[in-house]
Amino acid sequence: MSATPSYPPASRKIMNVVMLSLTGLCTLLVLSVLFTILGYLLWKGVHALNLNFFINLPAPVGESGGGVANAIVGTLKLLGMATLIGVPIGLLGGIYLSEFAGGWSAFAVRYTTDLLNGVPSVVMGIFVYTLVVLPMHHFSTLAGGIALGIMMIPIALRSTEDFLRAVPRSLREGGLALGASKSETIFTIVIPAAIYGILTGVMLDIARVAGETAPLLFTAFGNQFNSPGWMQPTASLPVVIYNYAISPYDEWHQQAWAAGFVLLSGLLVVSILARMILARGKKMSHG
Amino acid sequence: MVNAGVALPGVPAEPQGLNKKQTWMERLRKGDEVVHLITMAGAWSIIVITLLLVQHLWVYSRIARHTFGWHFLLTSTWDPVSGQFGAWPFVYGTVVTSLLALCIAIPVGLGTAIFLAEMAPRSISNPLTFMVELLAAVPSVIYGLVGIFLMIPALSAVMPYFQKVFGWLPIFSGTFYGVSYFTAAVVLAVMVIPFIVSISREVLLAVPMSQREAMMALGATKWDVTWRAVVPYARQGIMGSIFLALARALGETMAVTMVIGNVAQVSTSLMAPGYTIAAVIANEFTEATGDLYLHALIELGLVLFAVTMIINALARLLMLTMKPHEVTA
Repeated sequence: MSATPSYPPASRKIMNVVMLSLTGLCTLLVLSVLFTILGYLLWKGVHALNLNFFINLPAPVGESGGGVANAIVGTLKLLGMATLIGVPIGLLGGIYLSEFAGGWSAFAVRYTTDLLNGVPSVVMGIFVYTLVVLPMHHFSTLAGGIALGIMMIPIALRSTEDFLRAVPRSLREGGLALGASKSETIFTIVIPAAIYGILTGVMLDIARVAGETAPLLFTAFGNQFNSPGWMQPTASLPVVIYNYAISPYDEWHQQAWAAGFVLLSGLLVVSILARMILARGKKMSHG
Repeated sequence: MVNAGVALPGVPAEPQGLNKKQTWMERLRKGDEVVHLITMAGAWSIIVITLLLVQHLWVYSRIARHTFGWHFLLTSTWDPVSGQFGAWPFVYGTVVTSLLALCIAIPVGLGTAIFLAEMAPRSISNPLTFMVELLAAVPSVIYGLVGIFLMIPALSAVMPYFQKVFGWLPIFSGTFYGVSYFTAAVVLAVMVIPFIVSISREVLLAVPMSQREAMMALGATKWDVTWRAVVPYARQGIMGSIFLALARALGETMAVTMVIGNVAQVSTSLMAPGYTIAAVIANEFTEATGDLYLHALIELGLVLFAVTMIINALARLLMLTMKPHEVTA
């Protein structure tokens, strides 16, 4: 060792470079998986896409020109219903936790919300099967919507609570000082200040459940045809992808790729749009 | 000198509604209590739904629970025709695939999290973090799709060479057909990595700056600071993220169903096809004839629910109790 050692010693500098490269390699690996999935889906999906895919009903094996129009409509109906069920409960719960609750009640609600968020999606399917399908004796859009709706509650609640909490205390005090009641303050000051965040949370929440397959298998089931109303089984994009992917027919595989491409691009557009809204909202509230 | 007890002219002695606590009826009339009660109803409906879920799983699995007792989990015969239901192959498959997935996901996920939080400059790490989070938005069924048509052919091409070298080990022996515990574990690993990355990254970023500065002031390299000052400080949060990832892996259904082969057997070899709890529910639920069969599947759901709940609770506990540690390096 020299009398005046340079610090850090070379061995540590080398270690630093080695670990920088190793962790960087991990990141590269993860990102390459993302781009492989997106790229492969794009390549396979675009090849299989055509107008028939969007406007026709599924065709029997061997016939060309089949589409998944019923599944696209089915998915939109399921998501609409899920939003109607999950978002109001989530919003109310979020307002309650952020503005009113304290003590054991807040703890109980928060704890059960985490619990509900951790329920495996296939178990949610079983629950709604016993809750809705068994009493009604058949699968339905209603049951599928309820299953997805319950899955939406925890995230809607948590994001609402977080964004409401982020509203500065001074805004609430300003409202109260002007003589507004607590509820007036919440609805005219606090919620409008957080609305961009809350909307973003809801959009991300919808995008998250749009790809759920397992809870739909035994609630919405599937359907070769259009599903009028809310009380009949309905096709949906995720279930169609699953059924077609595990089938032995090449044409169906093509359709699975196309459906996967449509579903994933829809999800990603919504996710990215939500983040843009959030960024815009932040800019507006700062400027 | 103004006596506190004497009201000044023009100033009300009692400021209306400021010092005085409002009665419940007053708040009700002003609407505050109505809003309170409505939001409370919304929040408590979550508790009601969760209790209903537990109750339904319990009630609708009663026939299987009464018929088989604890043997249900430990016997290996799954024969719906003769009414024999033993869930051991599924329990085994679930545990093996999840643990193997964690073995792959933990080093890669933590490495990525450390790179994004500590090693990379912010201008690079922000867009990269965004992309990793997109990976979490990809639905399970799409991982399954890519797993069937891209990963299985790729693994089938590579595995013979791998087995030439390591095939003598019991866990790598046997013919590889593409669908296997191993394939499922790789897909699961890819699926849980985004969770490990995003939670661990946040935990690392939450470590106080002073923790890093103290060590940097001593002339340590970036890696030394990260490994000796930041990671030890954040280890409970990181453990929490791993537990959350485990809970997700255990409950994951679609992607696993599509690549594990769905054969109810117990094999030492990771190259053999298997089955998991979630996969058997997804595959057989709509075909279950007879109450005993249905109740057996719902009991599997109950088991899955209980296990993921316990692991999630442990994860929360770890995150909650995350507190400053004295770092002794």
